Amino acid sequence: MSWLLVIILLVPSLVAAEEARPLADNPQVEARLKNLAVELRCLVCQNQTLADSHAPLAEDLRREVREMISKDMSDKEIIDFLVQRYGDFVLYRPPWKASTTLLWLGPFLLLIAGATGLVFALRRRQKKLADVTLSDEEHNRVAQLLSEGTNRP
Amino acid sequence: MNRFLIPFGLFVVVVGFLAVGLTLNPRELPSPLVGKPAPDFSLPQLHEPAKVISSNDLKGKVWLLNFWASWCGGCKEEHPVLIHLAQSGAVPIYGMDYKDQRQEALTWLREWGNPYPVVAVDESGRIGINYGVYGVPETYVIDKAGVIRYKQIGPLREDILQGKILPLVRELQNQ
Amino acid sequence: MIPEIGHYALILALCVAVVQGSLPIYGAAVGNSMLMAVAKPAARGQFLLVLLAFCCLGYAFADKDFSVLYVAATSNSQLPLHYRLAAIWGAHEGSLLLWMFILSIWMVAVSFFSTHLPEAMRARILGVMGLVSVGFLLFMLTVSNPFERLIPAAIDGRDLNPLLQDPGMVIHPPMLYMGYVGFSVAFSFAIAALLGGTLDAAWARWSRPWTTVAWCFMTVGVAMGSGWAYYELGWGGWWFWDPVENASFMPWLAGTALLHSLAVTDKRGGFKAWSVLLAIMAFSLSLLGTFLVRSGVLTSVHAFATDPKRGLFILVFLAVVIGGSLVLYAWRAPRVGLGGGFAIISREGMLLANNVLLVAALGSVLLGTLYPLFLDALDLGKISVGPPYFDTVFLPLMTPAIFLMGVGPLAQWKKASLPSLALRLRWAFAVSMATAMTLPFALGQWTPLISLGLLLAIWILTTILVDLRERLVQAEGSSLGGRLAAMPRAYWGMVLAHCGVALFIVGVTMVKGFEVEQDLRMNVGETATIGGYTFRFDGMQEVKGPNYMASRGTFHVSQDGREVTVMYPEKRRYFVQNQTMTEAAISPGFTRDLYVSLGEQLEGGAWSVRLYHKPFIDWIWGGCLVMALGGVLAVSDRRYRLAWRRKEAVVPAAAQMARQTVS
Repeated sequence: MSWLLVIILLVPSLVAAEEARPLADNPQVEARLKNLAVELRCLVCQNQTLADSHAPLAEDLRREVREMISKDMSDKEIIDFLVQRYGDFVLYRPPWKASTTLLWLGPFLLLIAGATGLVFALRRRQKKLADVTLSDEEHNRVAQLLSEGTNRP
Repeated sequence: MNRFLIPFGLFVVVVGFLAVGLTLNPRELPSPLVGKPAPDFSLPQLHEPAKVISSNDLKGKVWLLNFWASWCGGCKEEHPVLIHLAQSGAVPIYGMDYKDQRQEALTWLREWGNPYPVVAVDESGRIGINYGVYGVPETYVIDKAGVIRYKQIGPLREDILQGKILPLVRELQNQ
Repeated sequence: MIPEIGHYALILALCVAVVQGSLPIYGAAVGNSMLMAVAKPAARGQFLLVLLAFCCLGYAFADKDFSVLYVAATSNSQLPLHYRLAAIWGAHEGSLLLWMFILSIWMVAVSFFSTHLPEAMRARILGVMGLVSVGFLLFMLTVSNPFERLIPAAIDGRDLNPLLQDPGMVIHPPMLYMGYVGFSVAFSFAIAALLGGTLDAAWARWSRPWTTVAWCFMTVGVAMGSGWAYYELGWGGWWFWDPVENASFMPWLAGTALLHSLAVTDKRGGFKAWSVLLAIMAFSLSLLGTFLVRSGVLTSVHAFATDPKRGLFILVFLAVVIGGSLVLYAWRAPRVGLGGGFAIISREGMLLANNVLLVAALGSVLLGTLYPLFLDALDLGKISVGPPYFDTVFLPLMTPAIFLMGVGPLAQWKKASLPSLALRLRWAFAVSMATAMTLPFALGQWTPLISLGLLLAIWILTTILVDLRERLVQAEGSSLGGRLAAMPRAYWGMVLAHCGVALFIVGVTMVKGFEVEQDLRMNVGETATIGGYTFRFDGMQEVKGPNYMASRGTFHVSQDGREVTVMYPEKRRYFVQNQTMTEAAISPGFTRDLYVSLGEQLEGGAWSVRLYHKPFIDWIWGGCLVMALGGVLAVSDRRYRLAWRRKEAVVPAAAQMARQTVS
């Protein structure tokens, strides 16, 4: 009789495989952490994000950010916290500053410069080629050469 | 002729920067906290865990804060310099044991000498983060008002001590 | 003994290179045939000598000769043979020897396939390549000798970095270097043309196939680097805009611009000076890449062990080679005559607009890569420039370029009509817009970026169809098959390459828009579902490899109850360097990749596991491969095959006349 009881107790666990739990305790906090961490730099790594790094300092910083998220700090406040301590180096998205204006506007300026250069070069070329006009005498000579040309071997 | 020289001109500028770049260290991170008040801390002491050492206790004098750990290789390198400095009595060096085990830290100090009047224990590394520490050893020069005046990244060398830190300390002590 | 032979071979190669770099160029300047004829045997001699040196180093690795410092630093007695050989290019010194070896391969190829070029041109081309090889040989022999001895010999080596113990290590660097170094051929063509003053459409015709082949290798090399990072690094990323990645991407962008610019120069003789400048730029960026990776100026996961002394040598070399070329350019280029004229709205105009966009993109990548250095040098602080910057800046520049990709092939040479183009493309535009707006909903999520990505990809494909249809209508021939076959391979090459771009865009859009990731704590027997697939964790076993010990997990994957595959992610501990590596398990598929990565062992025998479902990610690298195939197809076009078969130099009559008027 007792083995029947054992089977009855075992069957549910045999039928329904256990669903794995998320690693993080709080998935929403974790999602926000991930969004922030992919834009932050691991300070001791050779160019890796805070999200991807296994370094001890990276884990500490992730822990700090997690706590700040749990305290309902805004993204900007968290970023300011880190920048105050580590400088702009910790941000993979360079902030808008006097020193980074050239960086952010550069591509746009390059495009404008390139497009302007192209248009000017084409206009200059058109003018140079348009300057070459033939006189009447030259027209006749051309006609003569063309008719002769068909007779040459 | 002018516009054909633009590529060369741009190239010269870039090479100039690259040449300067050879003398720089892209991994060294200067601290944004220099000139700002040193973050407060109130931590248990390594030798007497029941007692607390607080940054407020140290206001009114010029002092060095040295982040170290028993697992840190560079700390062994700079330790003789610290011992020497402590013996000279020029400026007190307070230790911050960073992310370490108490027994190993005590053993380490017994073996290599203890230049610190007090060692604070930052077990979680949180104080380190507040100070912008990203590796050990790192040393801060803090003035009478509690403002960080200089940060030494990496082991403290005798020449830097004599050339930069001690003159600064003397200047701050006279203020 | 063998390493000394290799060392001596390099010294001899340097002597040959000096001869090759001086006599033929001088001979071409004064018209001395005998001096010019030195180029061919010199190039072939150099190839044999460098090949010898390369084999000697390979032998030292195969034989586990730890009395050679380089072998001791990068190899180990437990390292399997294929990785011991790949370790030849595993660190700085050996990778330079690989560079040199590949340069000698290109040199010997030029010496064989250049019989149709005028004597002076060939002499100059090989001469310039000789000068480049002087630089690299000198570099190796002075500060980066791979044959340096370690006395007393090490008992065992320090092992190759475990990250590099992978099949990718065997193919990626050679492919990439074939591209990097291949651009030196286009560069040499450009310098030869500037030196000789013969800058004409013929020059463009000759240098196009070389440029295309180098570009194909570069495409494959960069794509392989990305694919390798994806499966090796363990977190599913495939492009990080890391300085070293950018160092390989910039020459590719320049090469792509050069390919398109050469098309204009070839067909219409226009913008010769610009093509020359691009050729100089492409190789300069290759050299700049060499500098960035080895000098320690920028931080990167891919950087070699850095040494500022070596960096200084490369910088001086860079300054001399590129500085010299740009001075030569500034001096000679103004004398180059103009080609045929054309309106701004024309195929030439659009190809050049493509160039402007590609060069602006290239400039932006260069700006972002070097900006932290600029600020640090000016003492303006330390910043980081990463993916958020590059993604923000790159997309707006590439979008118009891809739009033009659809319009350009339909535009007439010399002068095209914008209203007529709009009319011909209205169907393609409408279909693209409609599909791009609606398809994301069917796929599950609509965002502007997903829609844009799909719009660009479908635009490319529909415009190709419109173009194809128009050409078929105009083509001569009775049957459809006949008319398709009659179209030149160069056209099919372009179609294929552009399709490759479309596939690439689909891959990127789908992965970025729809990939799903889960971080889980899994006990044995537990399951997780992601992207419609169910993963069941069936335990761990200890597995021993040749030079590592691994904890291997078993994951059974099923879909709709049916088992699809079994995946075996590992966590390996390599004995020698005592490093732990995560080997992700990837199940590739046409429409998706499944990716499992082990984290840490947790209490109770559970493991932290990361699961990914990445839709269409293989289209990214598949698209690049198709692009490269397009290039190969274009190079096999009839006109190049005919040119190679001719024995005597053939100079088109028009080019001959142009040469007379220019010089």
